[in-house]
Amino acid sequence: MSTWEAINGLLTESVYRLDNNKLEDWAELFAEDGVYRVVPRENIEQGLTGVLIVCNNRNMIRDRVTALREACEFNIHWDRHVTGSPRIKPLGGNEYAVESSYSLYQTDPEGESRLYSVGCYRDKIVLDGEAAQFKERIVVVDTFAIPNLLATPI
Amino acid sequence: MLTKDIWTTKDYSRVPFALYHDQDVYTQEQERIFRGPVWLYVGLEAEIPKPGDFRTTWLGDTPVLFNRDMQGKVHAFVNRCVHRGANVRRESHGNATDHTCFYHRWCYDLEGKLIGVPFQRGVPGKGGGMSPDFKTKDHALRKIRVEMLNGIIFGTFAEEVEPLRDYLGATMLWHLERLTAKPIRIMGYQRQRIHGNWKLYAENVRDQYHGSLLHQFHRKFGISRVTHTGGASLDPRHRHNISWGKEGSDSTEQFSATYQQGKVEVKDFGLSDGQVLEYLPEFEDGISLAICSVFPNVTFQQIRNSLAARQIRTRGINDFELHWTLFGYDDDTAEMQNFRELQTNMVGPGGFISMEDGEAVEVAHRATRPDADCSAIVEMGGGGAIPEEVEHKISDIPVRGFWSYYAELMDIEPEGAIR
Repeated sequence: MSTWEAINGLLTESVYRLDNNKLEDWAELFAEDGVYRVVPRENIEQGLTGVLIVCNNRNMIRDRVTALREACEFNIHWDRHVTGSPRIKPLGGNEYAVESSYSLYQTDPEGESRLYSVGCYRDKIVLDGEAAQFKERIVVVDTFAIPNLLATPI
Repeated sequence: MLTKDIWTTKDYSRVPFALYHDQDVYTQEQERIFRGPVWLYVGLEAEIPKPGDFRTTWLGDTPVLFNRDMQGKVHAFVNRCVHRGANVRRESHGNATDHTCFYHRWCYDLEGKLIGVPFQRGVPGKGGGMSPDFKTKDHALRKIRVEMLNGIIFGTFAEEVEPLRDYLGATMLWHLERLTAKPIRIMGYQRQRIHGNWKLYAENVRDQYHGSLLHQFHRKFGISRVTHTGGASLDPRHRHNISWGKEGSDSTEQFSATYQQGKVEVKDFGLSDGQVLEYLPEFEDGISLAICSVFPNVTFQQIRNSLAARQIRTRGINDFELHWTLFGYDDDTAEMQNFRELQTNMVGPGGFISMEDGEAVEVAHRATRPDADCSAIVEMGGGGAIPEEVEHKISDIPVRGFWSYYAELMDIEPEGAIR
Protein backbone atom coordinates (compact mmCIF):
# COMPACT_ATOMS: atom_id res chain seq x y z
CA MET A 1 0.00 0.00 0.00
CA SER A 2 1.34 3.42 -0.88
CA THR A 3 1.60 6.31 1.55
CA TRP A 4 -1.14 8.06 -0.40
CA GLU A 5 -3.42 5.05 -0.05
CA ALA A 6 -2.72 4.68 3.67
CA ILE A 7 -3.43 8.35 4.40
CA ASN A 8 -6.53 8.44 2.23
CA GLY A 9 -7.72 5.24 3.82
CA LEU A 10 -7.56 6.82 7.28
CA LEU A 11 -9.33 10.00 6.14
CA THR A 12 -12.08 8.00 4.44
CA GLU A 13 -12.49 5.66 7.38
CA SER A 14 -12.79 8.52 9.85
CA VAL A 15 -15.76 10.14 8.13
CA TYR A 16 -17.31 6.74 7.38
CA ARG A 17 -17.28 5.88 11.08
CA LEU A 18 -18.72 9.27 12.07
CA ASP A 19 -21.46 9.18 9.44
CA ASN A 20 -22.44 5.67 10.47
CA ASN A 21 -22.57 6.43 14.19
CA LYS A 22 -19.60 4.20 14.94
CA LEU A 23 -18.18 6.77 17.33
CA GLU A 24 -16.41 4.25 19.55
CA ASP A 25 -14.58 2.90 16.48
CA TRP A 26 -13.80 6.44 15.33
CA ALA A 27 -11.94 7.09 18.59
CA GLU A 28 -9.68 4.12 17.84
CA LEU A 29 -8.31 5.85 14.74
CA PHE A 30 -6.26 8.07 17.04
CA ALA A 31 -2.86 7.19 18.47
CA GLU A 32 -2.76 6.68 22.22
CA ASP A 33 -1.41 10.20 22.67
CA GLY A 34 -3.51 11.49 19.78
CA VAL A 35 -4.97 14.97 20.04
CA TYR A 36 -8.41 16.08 18.83
CA ARG A 37 -9.24 19.77 18.95
CA VAL A 38 -12.15 21.66 17.48
CA VAL A 39 -11.30 25.33 17.11
CA PRO A 40 -13.35 28.31 15.91
CA ARG A 41 -11.61 29.92 12.98
CA GLU A 42 -12.06 33.38 14.47
CA ASN A 43 -9.87 32.45 17.45
CA ILE A 44 -7.08 31.21 15.20
CA GLU A 45 -7.30 34.38 13.10
CA GLN A 46 -6.96 36.47 16.26
CA GLY A 47 -4.18 34.41 17.79
CA LEU A 48 -6.44 33.33 20.64
CA THR A 49 -6.18 29.91 22.22
CA GLY A 50 -9.88 29.29 22.94
CA VAL A 51 -11.33 26.03 21.65
CA LEU A 52 -14.69 24.31 21.41
CA ILE A 53 -13.47 20.81 22.23
CA VAL A 54 -10.06 19.63 23.39
CA CYS A 55 -8.97 16.03 23.90
CA ASN A 56 -5.28 15.55 24.62
CA ASN A 57 -5.17 11.77 24.29
CA ARG A 58 -7.23 8.84 23.02
CA ASN A 59 -8.83 8.19 26.39
CA MET A 60 -10.20 11.73 26.43
CA ILE A 61 -11.63 11.12 22.97
CA ARG A 62 -13.23 7.92 24.26
CA ASP A 63 -14.60 9.93 27.21
CA ARG A 64 -16.30 12.37 24.86
CA VAL A 65 -17.99 9.49 23.08
CA THR A 66 -19.01 7.99 26.44
CA ALA A 67 -20.48 11.32 27.55
CA LEU A 68 -22.48 11.58 24.31
CA ARG A 69 -23.78 8.04 24.72
CA GLU A 70 -24.52 8.13 28.44
CA ALA A 71 -25.04 11.70 29.59
CA CYS A 72 -25.65 14.34 26.95
CA GLU A 73 -28.90 15.27 25.27
CA PHE A 74 -28.61 16.75 21.79
CA ASN A 75 -30.41 17.20 18.51
CA ILE A 76 -31.43 13.91 16.95
CA HIS A 77 -29.77 13.74 13.55
CA TRP A 78 -27.66 11.90 11.02
CA ASP A 79 -24.30 13.30 9.96
CA ARG A 80 -22.96 13.36 6.40
CA HIS A 81 -19.42 14.53 5.74
CA VAL A 82 -18.22 15.54 2.30
CA THR A 83 -14.46 15.94 2.22
CA GLY A 84 -12.00 17.38 -0.25
CA SER A 85 -8.73 16.01 -1.58
CA PRO A 86 -5.94 16.13 0.97
CA ARG A 87 -2.81 18.22 0.70
CA ILE A 88 -0.03 15.99 2.02
CA LYS A 89 3.34 17.21 3.26
CA PRO A 90 5.96 14.82 4.66
CA LEU A 91 7.27 15.93 8.05
CA GLY A 92 10.14 13.47 8.13
CA GLY A 93 10.19 9.97 9.51
CA ASN A 94 6.77 8.39 9.25
CA GLU A 95 4.81 11.59 9.94
CA TYR A 96 2.74 13.62 7.50
CA ALA A 97 0.95 16.93 7.74
CA VAL A 98 -2.34 16.54 5.93
CA GLU A 99 -4.93 19.21 5.28
CA SER A 100 -8.35 18.68 3.77
CA SER A 101 -11.66 20.55 3.61
CA TYR A 102 -14.94 19.24 4.94
CA SER A 103 -18.61 20.06 4.68
CA LEU A 104 -20.85 18.47 7.24
CA TYR A 105 -24.58 18.22 6.69
CA GLN A 106 -27.04 17.18 9.34
CA THR A 107 -30.37 15.54 8.59
CA ASP A 108 -33.13 15.71 11.18
CA PRO A 109 -35.73 13.01 11.94
CA GLU A 110 -38.15 14.63 9.50
CA GLY A 111 -35.70 14.25 6.65
CA GLU A 112 -34.60 17.85 6.34
CA SER A 113 -30.90 18.29 5.65
CA ARG A 114 -29.00 21.44 6.49
CA LEU A 115 -25.43 22.51 6.05
CA TYR A 116 -24.16 22.31 9.62
CA SER A 117 -20.49 23.13 9.31
CA VAL A 118 -17.70 23.81 6.86
CA GLY A 119 -14.03 24.00 7.64
CA CYS A 120 -10.85 22.05 7.36
CA TYR A 121 -8.95 19.27 9.05
CA ARG A 122 -5.35 19.98 9.91
CA ASP A 123 -3.98 16.54 10.66
CA LYS A 124 -0.75 14.99 11.70
CA ILE A 125 -0.87 11.40 10.56
CA VAL A 126 1.63 8.77 11.55
CA LEU A 127 2.20 5.63 9.49
CA ASP A 128 3.27 2.39 11.08
CA GLY A 129 3.71 -0.07 8.24
CA GLU A 130 0.30 -0.16 6.58
CA ALA A 131 -1.51 1.29 9.60
CA ALA A 132 -2.19 5.01 9.68
CA GLN A 133 -3.31 6.86 12.82
CA PHE A 134 -4.11 10.42 13.78
CA LYS A 135 -1.45 11.88 15.98
CA GLU A 136 -3.31 15.15 15.85
CA ARG A 137 -6.55 16.29 14.26
CA ILE A 138 -7.32 19.97 14.51
CA VAL A 139 -10.73 20.83 13.13
CA VAL A 140 -10.77 24.47 12.09
CA VAL A 141 -14.42 25.46 12.01
CA ASP A 142 -15.24 28.19 9.50
CA THR A 143 -18.87 28.00 10.63
CA PHE A 144 -17.93 29.23 14.07
CA ALA A 145 -21.44 30.48 14.71
CA ILE A 146 -22.34 26.88 15.62
CA PRO A 147 -25.93 26.06 14.67
CA ASN A 148 -27.65 25.08 17.93
CA LEU A 149 -24.94 22.88 19.46
CA LEU A 150 -21.93 20.69 18.80
CA ALA A 151 -22.37 17.10 19.98
CA THR A 152 -21.29 14.43 17.51
CA PRO A 153 -17.68 14.99 16.43
CA ILE A 154 -16.82 16.78 13.21
CA MET B 1 -51.86 43.71 20.76
CA LEU B 2 -49.81 43.32 23.91
CA THR B 3 -51.76 44.28 27.06
CA LYS B 4 -51.58 43.62 30.76
CA ASP B 5 -54.41 41.10 30.33
CA ILE B 6 -51.98 38.70 28.75
CA TRP B 7 -51.09 37.20 32.14
CA THR B 8 -53.30 34.51 33.66
CA THR B 9 -51.61 34.86 37.07
CA LYS B 10 -50.36 37.92 38.92
CA ASP B 11 -47.12 36.37 40.19
CA TYR B 12 -45.68 35.42 36.78
CA SER B 13 -46.09 31.73 37.53
CA ARG B 14 -47.64 31.28 34.10
CA VAL B 15 -45.87 32.60 31.00
CA PRO B 16 -48.04 32.97 27.87
CA PHE B 17 -46.41 31.43 24.80
CA ALA B 18 -47.39 34.52 22.79
CA LEU B 19 -44.50 36.35 24.45
CA TYR B 20 -42.04 34.17 22.53
CA HIS B 21 -43.70 34.36 19.14
CA ASP B 22 -45.33 37.74 18.55
CA GLN B 23 -43.55 40.12 16.19
CA ASP B 24 -45.06 43.20 17.89
CA VAL B 25 -43.75 41.98 21.23
CA TYR B 26 -40.30 41.63 19.74
CA THR B 27 -40.39 45.09 18.19
CA GLN B 28 -41.45 46.59 21.52
CA GLU B 29 -38.68 44.71 23.34
CA GLN B 30 -36.07 46.32 21.14
CA GLU B 31 -37.39 49.74 22.09
CA ARG B 32 -38.36 49.26 25.73
CA ILE B 33 -35.82 46.73 26.88
CA PHE B 34 -32.71 46.89 24.73
CA ARG B 35 -33.03 50.65 24.34
CA GLY B 36 -34.76 51.05 27.67
CA PRO B 37 -33.50 52.11 31.11
CA VAL B 38 -31.10 49.19 31.49
CA TRP B 39 -27.36 48.62 31.43
CA LEU B 40 -26.36 46.24 28.64
CA TYR B 41 -23.20 44.17 28.62
CA VAL B 42 -20.98 45.51 25.81
CA GLY B 43 -17.71 43.63 26.31
CA LEU B 44 -14.55 43.48 28.37
CA GLU B 45 -11.86 46.15 28.51
CA ALA B 46 -9.30 43.38 28.02
CA GLU B 47 -10.66 42.96 24.48
CA ILE B 48 -9.48 46.47 23.59
CA PRO B 49 -6.36 46.87 25.73
CA LYS B 50 -4.44 49.40 23.58
CA PRO B 51 -5.31 52.90 22.37
CA GLY B 52 -7.02 52.58 18.99
CA ASP B 53 -8.25 49.04 19.63
CA PHE B 54 -11.83 48.52 18.50
CA ARG B 55 -14.36 45.75 18.34
CA THR B 56 -17.84 45.35 16.88
CA THR B 57 -20.78 43.73 18.62
CA TRP B 58 -24.58 43.83 18.87
CA LEU B 59 -26.84 45.24 21.56
CA GLY B 60 -30.23 43.75 20.83
CA ASP B 61 -30.61 44.23 17.07
CA THR B 62 -28.36 47.30 17.00
CA PRO B 63 -24.86 47.03 15.50
CA VAL B 64 -22.33 48.50 17.91
CA LEU B 65 -18.72 49.62 17.71
CA PHE B 66 -16.62 50.15 20.83
CA ASN B 67 -13.08 51.41 21.04
CA ARG B 68 -10.38 52.88 23.23
CA ASP B 69 -9.29 56.40 22.34
CA MET B 70 -5.72 57.67 22.40
CA GLN B 71 -6.16 58.83 26.00
CA GLY B 72 -7.25 55.32 26.99
CA LYS B 73 -10.94 56.12 27.41
CA VAL B 74 -13.55 53.60 26.25
CA HIS B 75 -16.37 54.73 23.95
CA ALA B 76 -19.25 52.87 22.32
CA PHE B 77 -21.34 53.92 19.34
CA VAL B 78 -24.02 52.66 17.04
CA ASN B 79 -21.96 51.17 14.23
CA ARG B 80 -23.68 53.17 11.50
CA CYS B 81 -22.49 56.05 9.40
CA VAL B 82 -24.65 59.18 9.81
CA HIS B 83 -24.48 59.68 6.04
CA ARG B 84 -26.24 56.71 4.44
CA GLY B 85 -26.46 54.24 7.25
CA ALA B 86 -23.72 51.78 6.32
CA ASN B 87 -21.66 50.12 9.04
CA VAL B 88 -18.56 52.22 9.66
CA ARG B 89 -16.75 49.06 10.73
CA ARG B 90 -17.45 45.71 9.09
CA GLU B 91 -14.60 43.74 10.64
CA SER B 92 -14.90 42.14 14.08
CA HIS B 93 -11.90 43.91 15.59
CA GLY B 94 -8.77 45.90 14.84
CA ASN B 95 -6.66 48.91 15.75
CA ALA B 96 -7.01 52.31 14.09
CA THR B 97 -6.67 56.03 14.66
CA ASP B 98 -10.08 56.73 13.11
CA HIS B 99 -13.05 54.98 11.54
CA THR B 100 -13.71 55.57 7.86
CA CYS B 101 -16.95 54.35 6.33
CA PHE B 102 -16.20 52.33 3.19
CA TYR B 103 -19.18 53.68 1.27
CA HIS B 104 -18.33 57.40 0.84
CA ARG B 105 -15.27 57.57 3.13
CA TRP B 106 -16.87 59.67 5.83
CA CYS B 107 -14.44 59.65 8.70
CA TYR B 108 -14.92 59.65 12.49
CA ASP B 109 -12.46 60.04 15.33
CA LEU B 110 -12.29 57.60 18.23
CA GLU B 111 -14.79 59.71 20.18
CA GLY B 112 -17.24 59.21 17.33
CA LYS B 113 -17.08 62.79 16.01
CA LEU B 114 -17.39 63.28 12.27
CA ILE B 115 -14.05 64.72 11.15
CA GLY B 116 -13.99 64.25 7.42
CA VAL B 117 -16.35 64.32 4.44
CA PRO B 118 -14.64 63.84 1.06
CA PHE B 119 -15.29 66.71 -1.33
CA GLN B 120 -17.34 68.54 1.27
CA ARG B 121 -16.57 71.82 -0.53
CA GLY B 122 -16.87 70.25 -3.95
CA VAL B 123 -14.13 70.03 -6.54
CA PRO B 124 -12.29 73.23 -7.50
CA GLY B 125 -13.42 74.39 -10.89
CA LYS B 126 -16.24 71.84 -11.06
CA GLY B 127 -18.47 72.62 -8.11
CA GLY B 128 -20.50 70.11 -6.14
CA GLY B 129 -20.09 69.51 -2.43
CA MET B 130 -22.39 69.71 0.57
CA SER B 131 -24.60 72.71 1.33
CA PRO B 132 -22.58 75.52 2.92
CA ASP B 133 -24.54 75.19 6.18
CA PHE B 134 -23.53 71.54 6.64
CA LYS B 135 -21.04 71.40 9.51
CA THR B 136 -19.18 68.23 10.37
CA LYS B 137 -19.17 69.28 14.03
CA ASP B 138 -22.97 68.91 14.10
CA HIS B 139 -22.68 65.21 13.37
CA ALA B 140 -21.30 62.21 15.21
CA LEU B 141 -21.85 58.49 15.53
CA ARG B 142 -24.74 57.86 17.89
CA LYS B 143 -23.16 57.52 21.28
CA ILE B 144 -23.93 54.73 23.71
CA ARG B 145 -23.16 55.85 27.24
CA VAL B 146 -20.72 53.46 28.91
CA GLU B 147 -19.73 52.71 32.48
CA MET B 148 -17.01 50.32 33.62
CA LEU B 149 -17.05 47.87 36.43
CA ASN B 150 -13.58 46.40 37.01
CA GLY B 151 -12.98 46.04 33.30
CA ILE B 152 -16.51 45.01 32.34
CA ILE B 153 -18.02 47.50 29.89
CA PHE B 154 -21.72 48.22 30.27
CA GLY B 155 -23.62 50.57 27.99
CA THR B 156 -27.02 52.20 27.75
CA PHE B 157 -29.08 53.96 25.11
CA ALA B 158 -31.26 55.56 27.79
CA GLU B 159 -30.99 59.22 28.78
CA GLU B 160 -32.25 58.38 32.22
CA VAL B 161 -31.15 55.25 34.01
CA GLU B 162 -29.95 54.59 37.52
CA PRO B 163 -26.16 54.49 38.00
CA LEU B 164 -24.63 51.13 37.02
CA ARG B 165 -23.80 50.13 40.58
CA ASP B 166 -27.35 50.82 41.76
CA TYR B 167 -28.71 48.96 38.75
CA LEU B 168 -26.68 45.86 39.61
CA GLY B 169 -27.36 45.96 43.36
CA ALA B 170 -25.10 44.81 46.18
CA THR B 171 -25.21 41.07 45.51
CA MET B 172 -24.40 41.20 41.78
CA LEU B 173 -21.73 43.80 42.51
CA TRP B 174 -20.16 41.54 45.09
CA HIS B 175 -20.05 38.69 42.61
CA LEU B 176 -18.85 40.65 39.59
CA GLU B 177 -16.12 42.29 41.65
CA ARG B 178 -15.14 38.87 42.94
CA LEU B 179 -14.93 37.60 39.36
CA THR B 180 -12.92 40.59 38.12
CA ALA B 181 -10.65 41.18 41.11
CA LYS B 182 -7.63 40.47 38.89
CA PRO B 183 -6.79 41.69 35.37
CA ILE B 184 -8.53 39.55 32.76
CA ARG B 185 -6.89 37.56 29.97
CA ILE B 186 -9.10 36.77 26.97
CA MET B 187 -8.89 33.10 25.93
CA GLY B 188 -11.21 33.27 22.96
CA TYR B 189 -14.76 33.14 21.71
CA GLN B 190 -17.45 30.59 21.12
CA ARG B 191 -20.67 31.31 19.32
CA GLN B 192 -23.86 29.43 19.04
CA ARG B 193 -26.78 30.31 16.83
CA ILE B 194 -29.87 29.14 18.61
CA HIS B 195 -33.12 29.00 16.66
CA GLY B 196 -35.45 30.09 19.39
CA ASN B 197 -36.64 33.20 21.16
CA TRP B 198 -33.97 34.90 23.28
CA LYS B 199 -36.15 34.90 26.39
CA LEU B 200 -36.19 31.11 26.49
CA TYR B 201 -32.47 31.33 27.15
CA ALA B 202 -32.85 34.19 29.65
CA GLU B 203 -35.19 31.82 31.51
CA ASN B 204 -32.87 28.85 31.15
CA VAL B 205 -30.03 30.56 33.00
CA ARG B 206 -32.41 31.58 35.80
CA ASP B 207 -33.79 28.07 36.25
CA GLN B 208 -31.71 26.03 38.67
CA TYR B 209 -34.25 23.23 38.66
CA HIS B 210 -33.09 21.99 35.25
CA GLY B 211 -29.38 22.00 36.19
CA SER B 212 -28.91 18.43 37.30
CA LEU B 213 -31.95 17.04 35.45
CA LEU B 214 -31.31 18.15 31.87
CA HIS B 215 -27.54 17.98 32.34
CA GLN B 216 -26.91 14.42 33.39
CA PHE B 217 -23.18 15.08 33.43
CA HIS B 218 -23.82 17.50 36.30
CA ARG B 219 -25.55 14.98 38.50
CA LYS B 220 -23.32 12.05 37.58
CA PHE B 221 -20.07 13.85 38.34
CA GLY B 222 -21.30 16.08 41.13
CA ILE B 223 -20.63 19.44 39.48
CA SER B 224 -24.11 20.59 40.37
CA ARG B 225 -26.63 18.59 42.38
CA VAL B 226 -29.79 19.53 44.25
CA THR B 227 -28.17 18.01 47.33
CA HIS B 228 -25.40 20.63 47.30
CA THR B 229 -25.44 23.67 49.53
CA GLY B 230 -26.57 26.37 47.16
CA GLY B 231 -29.39 28.53 46.00
CA ALA B 232 -30.13 31.78 44.30
CA SER B 233 -29.72 35.41 45.27
CA LEU B 234 -31.65 38.14 43.51
CA ASP B 235 -31.34 41.92 43.47
CA PRO B 236 -34.14 43.80 45.26
CA ARG B 237 -35.98 44.29 41.95
CA HIS B 238 -35.53 40.56 41.07
CA ARG B 239 -34.26 41.29 37.56
CA HIS B 240 -30.80 39.81 38.05
CA ASN B 241 -29.71 36.74 39.95
CA ILE B 242 -26.86 34.50 40.93
CA SER B 243 -27.42 30.78 41.03
CA TRP B 244 -24.68 29.22 43.07
CA GLY B 245 -23.55 25.98 44.60
CA LYS B 246 -20.75 24.37 46.56
CA GLU B 247 -19.37 21.08 45.32
CA GLY B 248 -18.75 18.32 47.78
CA SER B 249 -21.20 19.76 50.30
CA ASP B 250 -23.33 16.60 50.13
CA SER B 251 -22.48 12.97 50.81
CA THR B 252 -22.62 10.20 48.20
CA GLU B 253 -25.35 8.45 50.22
CA GLN B 254 -27.43 11.60 50.49
CA PHE B 255 -27.03 12.23 46.75
CA SER B 256 -27.94 8.67 45.72
CA ALA B 257 -30.92 8.44 48.06
CA THR B 258 -32.27 11.84 47.01
CA TYR B 259 -32.17 11.22 43.27
CA GLN B 260 -33.51 7.69 43.75
CA GLN B 261 -36.40 9.09 45.75
CA GLY B 262 -36.95 11.71 43.05
CA LYS B 263 -37.04 8.85 40.49
CA VAL B 264 -34.17 10.40 38.56
CA GLU B 265 -31.78 7.89 37.07
CA VAL B 266 -28.07 8.22 37.73
CA LYS B 267 -26.36 6.01 35.18
CA ASP B 268 -23.41 3.89 36.07
CA PHE B 269 -20.56 4.89 33.82
CA GLY B 270 -17.07 6.26 34.25
CA LEU B 271 -14.46 8.14 32.29
CA SER B 272 -11.19 6.59 31.11
CA ASP B 273 -9.12 9.72 31.49
CA GLY B 274 -11.04 11.99 33.77
CA GLN B 275 -8.75 15.06 33.44
CA VAL B 276 -11.78 17.02 32.43
CA LEU B 277 -13.20 16.49 35.92
CA GLU B 278 -10.21 17.94 37.74
CA TYR B 279 -10.05 21.56 38.83
CA LEU B 280 -8.22 23.92 41.12
CA PRO B 281 -10.42 25.66 43.70
CA GLU B 282 -9.65 29.35 43.22
CA PHE B 283 -12.15 31.30 45.30
CA GLU B 284 -11.81 31.32 49.05
CA ASP B 285 -15.56 31.34 49.63
CA GLY B 286 -15.78 27.74 48.35
CA ILE B 287 -18.35 28.58 45.68
CA SER B 288 -17.50 26.29 42.76
CA LEU B 289 -20.39 27.19 40.53
CA ALA B 290 -21.93 30.62 40.06
CA ILE B 291 -24.17 31.67 37.20
CA CYS B 292 -24.79 35.40 37.43
CA SER B 293 -27.37 36.76 35.03
CA VAL B 294 -27.65 40.50 34.58
CA PHE B 295 -30.82 41.73 32.91
CA PRO B 296 -31.23 41.70 29.98
CA ASN B 297 -28.32 40.42 27.88
CA VAL B 298 -25.54 38.72 29.82
CA THR B 299 -24.66 35.84 32.08
CA PHE B 300 -21.30 35.60 33.81
CA GLN B 301 -20.32 32.05 34.45
CA GLN B 302 -17.93 30.48 36.90
CA ILE B 303 -18.11 26.72 36.58
CA ARG B 304 -15.11 25.35 38.42
CA ASN B 305 -12.20 27.02 36.54
CA SER B 306 -14.23 27.84 33.46
CA LEU B 307 -15.00 31.56 33.34
CA ALA B 308 -17.05 33.19 30.61
CA ALA B 309 -19.39 36.00 29.71
CA ARG B 310 -22.34 34.74 27.69
CA GLN B 311 -23.97 37.53 25.75
CA ILE B 312 -27.38 37.26 24.15
CA ARG B 313 -27.53 38.92 20.72
CA THR B 314 -31.08 38.96 19.41
CA ARG B 315 -31.70 38.15 15.75
CA GLY B 316 -35.48 38.28 15.40
CA ILE B 317 -38.25 36.38 17.16
CA ASN B 318 -36.92 32.98 16.16
CA ASP B 319 -33.19 33.35 16.49
CA PHE B 320 -30.41 34.65 18.68
CA GLU B 321 -26.68 34.29 18.98
CA LEU B 322 -25.22 33.20 22.27
CA HIS B 323 -21.76 34.73 22.23
CA TRP B 324 -19.28 33.30 24.75
CA THR B 325 -16.16 35.19 25.77
CA LEU B 326 -13.88 32.74 27.57
CA PHE B 327 -11.45 34.31 29.96
CA GLY B 328 -8.90 33.72 32.68
CA TYR B 329 -6.57 36.06 34.52
CA ASP B 330 -3.26 37.64 33.57
CA ASP B 331 -1.55 35.89 36.46
CA ASP B 332 -2.79 32.38 35.59
CA THR B 333 -0.04 29.80 35.99
CA ALA B 334 0.58 27.32 33.17
CA GLU B 335 -1.24 24.77 35.30
CA MET B 336 -4.28 27.03 35.68
CA GLN B 337 -4.30 27.82 31.96
CA ASN B 338 -4.35 24.09 31.32
CA PHE B 339 -7.28 23.59 33.71
CA ARG B 340 -9.24 26.40 32.11
CA GLU B 341 -8.64 24.95 28.65
CA LEU B 342 -9.61 21.40 29.63
CA GLN B 343 -12.77 22.64 31.30
CA THR B 344 -13.79 24.39 28.10
CA ASN B 345 -15.00 20.87 27.27
CA MET B 346 -17.82 21.43 29.74
CA VAL B 347 -19.20 24.69 28.38
CA GLY B 348 -20.33 26.36 25.18
CA PRO B 349 -22.07 24.72 22.23
CA GLY B 350 -20.05 21.52 22.67
CA GLY B 351 -20.00 21.50 26.46
CA PHE B 352 -20.87 18.38 28.45
CA ILE B 353 -23.06 20.49 30.74
CA SER B 354 -24.36 23.08 28.31
CA MET B 355 -25.01 21.61 24.87
CA GLU B 356 -28.45 20.57 26.12
CA ASP B 357 -29.56 24.16 26.68
CA GLY B 358 -29.49 24.98 22.97
CA GLU B 359 -31.61 21.93 22.22
CA ALA B 360 -34.07 22.67 25.04
CA VAL B 361 -34.58 26.22 23.76
CA GLU B 362 -35.05 25.12 20.14
CA VAL B 363 -37.58 22.37 20.82
CA ALA B 364 -39.57 24.48 23.30
CA HIS B 365 -39.62 27.32 20.77
CA ARG B 366 -40.95 25.11 17.97
CA ALA B 367 -43.48 23.31 20.12
CA THR B 368 -44.99 26.46 21.68
CA ARG B 369 -45.51 28.33 18.40
CA PRO B 370 -48.96 27.03 17.42
CA ASP B 371 -50.64 27.76 20.79
CA ALA B 372 -50.01 31.39 21.64
CA ASP B 373 -52.76 31.40 24.27
CA CYS B 374 -51.30 28.51 26.30
CA SER B 375 -48.80 29.15 29.07
CA ALA B 376 -45.67 27.65 30.57
CA ILE B 377 -45.65 26.76 34.26
CA VAL B 378 -43.06 28.54 36.39
CA GLU B 379 -43.82 27.45 39.91
CA MET B 380 -40.91 25.38 41.19
CA GLY B 381 -40.04 26.77 44.59
CA GLY B 382 -43.59 28.11 44.97
CA GLY B 383 -45.54 31.11 43.71
CA GLY B 384 -46.47 34.37 45.37
CA ALA B 385 -44.11 37.16 46.36
CA ILE B 386 -40.61 36.74 44.93
CA PRO B 387 -37.95 36.41 47.63
CA GLU B 388 -34.43 37.84 47.36
CA GLU B 389 -32.84 34.68 48.73
CA VAL B 390 -33.64 31.10 47.77
CA GLU B 391 -31.85 28.60 49.94
CA HIS B 392 -32.10 25.51 47.79
CA LYS B 393 -31.48 24.57 44.18
CA ILE B 394 -34.90 23.19 43.35
CA SER B 395 -36.37 26.40 42.07
CA ASP B 396 -37.05 28.54 39.06
CA ILE B 397 -37.98 31.55 41.18
CA PRO B 398 -35.53 33.90 39.38
CA VAL B 399 -37.45 33.19 36.16
CA ARG B 400 -40.46 34.92 37.74
CA GLY B 401 -38.14 37.75 38.72
CA PHE B 402 -37.09 38.15 35.09
CA TRP B 403 -40.70 38.33 33.93
CA SER B 404 -41.73 40.79 36.61
CA TYR B 405 -39.11 43.30 35.50
CA TYR B 406 -39.76 42.53 31.84
CA ALA B 407 -43.46 43.29 32.41
CA GLU B 408 -42.61 46.56 34.13
CA LEU B 409 -40.41 47.75 31.25
CA MET B 410 -42.90 46.58 28.64
CA ASP B 411 -45.71 48.28 30.60
CA ILE B 412 -47.74 45.09 30.84
CA GLU B 413 -47.70 44.46 34.58
CA PRO B 414 -50.97 42.78 35.56
CA GLU B 415 -53.33 44.67 37.90
CA GLY B 416 -52.17 43.90 41.44
CA ALA B 417 -48.94 42.31 40.24
CA ILE B 418 -47.27 40.15 42.85
CA ARG B 419 -43.55 40.57 42.72
